[in-house]
Amino acid sequence: MTWVLDNNMPIYLQLMGRIQRDIISGRYGPGDKLPSVRELAVEAAVNPNTMQKAMSELERSGLVYSQRTSGRFITEDEELLKELKKEQAARYLEEFIESMHNLGLKNDEIRILFEDAMKGEKEE
Amino acid sequence: MKPILECYGLSKSYGNGRWALSNLNLSLERGQIVGLLGPNGSGKTTLIKLINDLLVPTEGSVQIDGILPGVETKKIVSYLPERTYLTPSWKVRDLIMYFEDFYDNFRRDRAEEMLEALGIGLHARLRTLSKGTREKVQLVMVMSRDAELYILDEPIGGVDPAARDYILNTILTNYNENATILLSTHLISDIENILDRVIFLQNGQVVLNASVDEVRMEQKKSVDMLFREVFRC
Repeated sequence: MTWVLDNNMPIYLQLMGRIQRDIISGRYGPGDKLPSVRELAVEAAVNPNTMQKAMSELERSGLVYSQRTSGRFITEDEELLKELKKEQAARYLEEFIESMHNLGLKNDEIRILFEDAMKGEKEE
Repeated sequence: MKPILECYGLSKSYGNGRWALSNLNLSLERGQIVGLLGPNGSGKTTLIKLINDLLVPTEGSVQIDGILPGVETKKIVSYLPERTYLTPSWKVRDLIMYFEDFYDNFRRDRAEEMLEALGIGLHARLRTLSKGTREKVQLVMVMSRDAELYILDEPIGGVDPAARDYILNTILTNYNENATILLSTHLISDIENILDRVIFLQNGQVVLNASVDEVRMEQKKSVDMLFREVFRC
């Protein structure tokens, strides 16, 4: 139920990341209304002010917008959502490649392992 | 608006040549949840008792909303002591009536709603409840007041992790955005995410007063880890 947050990063950044992922992955669609700050804070078991800060930052990035009386909504800018998905994928890839390098694997070896893994995935 | 809590040069000695608090200066703004953290004997409970008019400062002063602790401040401060003061022969219902009599800002419907969610019957006698359930009842009473300052001394000390989650949830859902909660605990990692700010006490003085995200940003570690470092034995 509670969100998994790690220890050494500022909490509001992790909340932003989590909501951003929920948006990219389609849990919230373009134009959807977000739950209130209070509801999200309770769901994540975090301080409402921290959730508020995460929301303000997401607003600044253009991913969500607020309408004075009716609440906060996900952007309808599908280009922006696509862009974010690409950025997130690039970050995951970077982490993946770094971990592989840390194991001492060369790029060619990584490519082979990766392709094998993808084949395995398809067969399942 | 004045800060909800201000301490000026606050010092307390119990007459044994030691200072439980020594020249403590502190100001708390409204609308935040603040963790009061420190090792055993650092002065947390002394500070809390001074705020609640249960002790008198040796030097300096405490002001709540600009006034000295007394009858007026007790109207706006809701206090959960470290130890239970409930009369064991009472029923939960008696306790509700007692709080209703004492405090204008007690919200009976809120208390009954929370007790129901916890599955605690109004006709249960306090003596028949487990220690953890009694603690929950007491917290429900304290959080059912529309106070401006909530002071919770070790609110999650004696309860299991699931009940702890419920209690934190209760705090998050019931506190009003303009109220301030000051809570002391040793279970830092359990409450870290719901805090705006932490205050570290050591030998009766404030050694850190920072927001949780400032700590994480600047130290690259959680408040729990920082605490373990600062107070390594």
